[in-house]
Amino acid sequence: MKTKIKPSTFPLGGIHPRSLGFNTMDNEIKNADLPHFVSIPLSQHIGVPANAVVKPGDIVKTGDVIGESSGFVSVNIHSSVPGKVLEIKKGYSAIGSMTEMVVIEFEGELNMSRTGKSPVKWKDMSCEDIIKKIKDMGIVGLGGATFPTHIKYSVPSDKKITELVINAVECEPYLSADYRVMLEKIDDMLIGIEIAKKLLNVKNVYIGIEDDKPEAIQKISEAVSNIEGIEVVDLQHKYPQGGEKQLIKAILGREVPSGGLPLDVGVVVSNIGTIVAVKEAVVDGKPLTERVVTVTGSIVKNPGNYKIKIGTMIKDVLAEVGLIEDPGKIVMGGPMMGLAQYNDEMPVTKGTSGILVLSKKQAKAYHHAPCVRCGKCISVCPMGLDPTLLCTSIELDRAEKAIEQGQNDCIECGCCSYTCPSQKHLAQTIKLGKLRQIARRKGEA
Amino acid sequence: MAQDNSLLISSSPHIRTKDKLPVVMWSVVIALIPAGVWSYFVFGISAIITIGVSVGAAVLTELIINLLIGKRITVINGSAFLTGLLIAYNLPASAGGHLPIYIPIAASVFAIAVIKLAFGGLGQNWMNPALGGRIFVFFAWTRLMTSGWAAPMSPDVVSSATPLAALKFNAGTLPTHLDLFLGKTSGCIGEVSAAALILGGVFLIIRKIVNWEIPVFYILTTAILAWIFGGLNASTPALFTGDPLYHILSGGLMLGAIFMATDWVTSPMLFKGRVLFAVGCGIITVLIRLTGRNVEGVSFAIVLMNIAVPLIDRLFRLGIFGTPGKEKKA
Repeated sequence: MKTKIKPSTFPLGGIHPRSLGFNTMDNEIKNADLPHFVSIPLSQHIGVPANAVVKPGDIVKTGDVIGESSGFVSVNIHSSVPGKVLEIKKGYSAIGSMTEMVVIEFEGELNMSRTGKSPVKWKDMSCEDIIKKIKDMGIVGLGGATFPTHIKYSVPSDKKITELVINAVECEPYLSADYRVMLEKIDDMLIGIEIAKKLLNVKNVYIGIEDDKPEAIQKISEAVSNIEGIEVVDLQHKYPQGGEKQLIKAILGREVPSGGLPLDVGVVVSNIGTIVAVKEAVVDGKPLTERVVTVTGSIVKNPGNYKIKIGTMIKDVLAEVGLIEDPGKIVMGGPMMGLAQYNDEMPVTKGTSGILVLSKKQAKAYHHAPCVRCGKCISVCPMGLDPTLLCTSIELDRAEKAIEQGQNDCIECGCCSYTCPSQKHLAQTIKLGKLRQIARRKGEA
Repeated sequence: MAQDNSLLISSSPHIRTKDKLPVVMWSVVIALIPAGVWSYFVFGISAIITIGVSVGAAVLTELIINLLIGKRITVINGSAFLTGLLIAYNLPASAGGHLPIYIPIAASVFAIAVIKLAFGGLGQNWMNPALGGRIFVFFAWTRLMTSGWAAPMSPDVVSSATPLAALKFNAGTLPTHLDLFLGKTSGCIGEVSAAALILGGVFLIIRKIVNWEIPVFYILTTAILAWIFGGLNASTPALFTGDPLYHILSGGLMLGAIFMATDWVTSPMLFKGRVLFAVGCGIITVLIRLTGRNVEGVSFAIVLMNIAVPLIDRLFRLGIFGTPGKEKKA
C-alpha cells in the first residue's frame, strides 16, 4: 500500500537565512591532500569513549582499530592513515570536551588492499552480524549528532518501526557535503537503504529533499522509480527542516512527543551520509576513516566539498584550500548550529559536516539591545516556544519556570537569535539554561 | 594548544539578520517621509517647523537623560527620532502660522521622559510614547489642539473644520473622497494624505517591518462599524447607511493603524492577539467618533488597547511542539 502524504514543510516557524555570497553546491567531491599528522579523538560519538588499543611507537595501517568500543553506546575508532603512533594525549575536541587523542605520523603508502576484495553478500548475513559490523566499522550519525548507528538500528522489541526517513535536507546554509554525496553516490545510497530496511524491518522509505536541490530530486526520483516502497518527498526550502522532529512532521505529519524520540512515532531518521557509510561498512568492509566536509567561506580561495581523513587538523585543511586573509572565526559545522573553534589545531571528526571560515569583518560580536516585543522569535521558533520569555526566565535564574516554558524542548536551531532585531542572545541563553540544569543535576547526584 | 586570540569564539548562530533595530527604526522614518513632504505642500513651512521642533526635542530629551543617568547613548537607534516625528504628525496644522512652539516640545519631552524612559526605556513602555505625548498636550491645551485648523493649500488665511468635525456637526461642506485620499483637507500634519501613508505602509509591510494584520483588521473593523452605525447621526437616522470610505480616509485612522498601532513594543506578539487588538482599536475608534464628545478617537483607542496588550498576550499562546493540548504557562 502506498499512501501519498505531502505536507510540503513543517508548519511552525522556520527561517530563510541570508546568503553570504558563496556556493559550493556545484563543486564535486575532491579528495583532500593527505595529512602528515592526524590526531584522532577517541570520543567522536555520543556515549562512552573508545579505549585506546595502541601505544606510542606502534605501526598502524589504514583502517586498523586504534580505539575499541567500550560498551553498548560506543563504537570503534580506526586509524585513518598508515603510520606510526607518536603519542596518546589529552586535548579538547571540536565539541569542546576533553578527550584522549591518538596522534599518528603518516608513514608509507595509503593501503588500498581493500579494493581487491569482492563485496560481501550482505543479504546472506543475519541482522545481528550486520549490526555488529556497523558497530565494528565505527559508523555514527554523520548529520552532526554522531549517535552510534548500530543502536539506532537495534530497535527495542516493544517498539514497532513503520517508516524509515532519509534525511537529505541539509538545511544548514552554505553546506553542500550531503548534496554532493546524494548526487554522486546514488547506487551506494540505494544499497544502504536496503540494508537499513532489512535491519528495521520496514517497508516504507521516504527520502526528504528540499526544493532548492531540483537536480537531486530529479536524479534520485528516477533512480527509485522502479523500487517498491521508496518515495522521494519534495519539501519546501526552509531552515531547520533537517531537524528530525521537523522532518517527520513535514513528511509524515506526526509530532514526536515532547521529550520523546522518533521511535515513539514509529520512525527512524537517518542522514544520507550515514546511509552511504553503512553500505560501505557492510558491503565493502570499509571503516569510517574519512568523510565529506564542505570547506567554505568568502575568504576561502578554493571552497568546495572535500573528502577528508578523520583526524586531519583544520590548519592543514585551510592550508590546502588557501585563505585570502587571516580568519576572524572558524566554525566547525554550519553557520546556524556550528561550533566556533578557539584555534586551528582541532581535528576533523566523524561529526564534522563543514568548516566555515568567516572574515574578521563577518565575525562580529553582537551587542544586544533590549527586547522590543516584536514577537519575531516566537513566530520563527519551530518548536512553538516563546524564546524571549524563556530567555528572561533564565536570565532571572528562574530555572523551574524555564523548564515549564519548554527550555528542554529547544532544539538549539538558532532561528530566534538569527531573527531578533535587538540581536539578543536568545538561543545562546537557552543553551546556558540547559547547561545550568545539567550542572545542578550533577551537584545533586 | 594555545588559544589563538585573533579568532572570535561565540555560541551559534554565527550569522544574524540584517534587519537590526536601527535599520528597522530608520526604515519606519523613511516610510513616513512621503506624508511629511505632502504636509509641506498642504500646510506650508509651519508644518516643517513643527516637525523639526518635535523631533529635536525628542532626540535631545533622550540624549540628556542618557547622559544624566549614565546609561548607554540610545539616540542612534532612531527610536527617539521616530517618536518625535510621529508626535509632529499628530499635531494640528493651525491656521495663522504654526502651533505655539511649546506644544511640540511639551509633547516630545513628556513622551520620551515620562512615558518611555521612566518605565525603563525602549521596550519597557506599555503605552505608545508618541500617542501618550499627544494626549498629554491634547488635555493641557485643548483649545489650541482642537480649533483653528488650517485649510489645505491656504494655511495662513482660512481656518476650516476637519472632515470628521464637518461630518459630525454637519458644519461646512464635506471634502470629496478623492480629496481625502490625496490629502487636500485640513487635519493633523501627517494624517491628511491617506495615499502617502498607504505608500509608506506598503513599503513597511513588504519589508516585513510591520505586520499586515493590525492595519487591515483595524481599518476593516472601523469601516464595517462606520457603515452599520454611521448613519445614526444623520437627520434621518438609519442603520447601514454610514459612509465607511469617508471614515477610513479621514482623521488619524491611516496614520494610527499603519504607524502607531503596529508599534512592536505596545502591540501583541502573535497573530491572533494582533487581530483582537486591531478589532478592539476599531470598535473604540468608531465608538468615540460617533458618540463621544471628541470628533476623533484613534489616539485614545490605540492607547486603551495598549493597556490591554499584556492580557491579550497571555490569552494567546502557542502550544509547544509535541505537547498536544497542553498550553504553555506564562
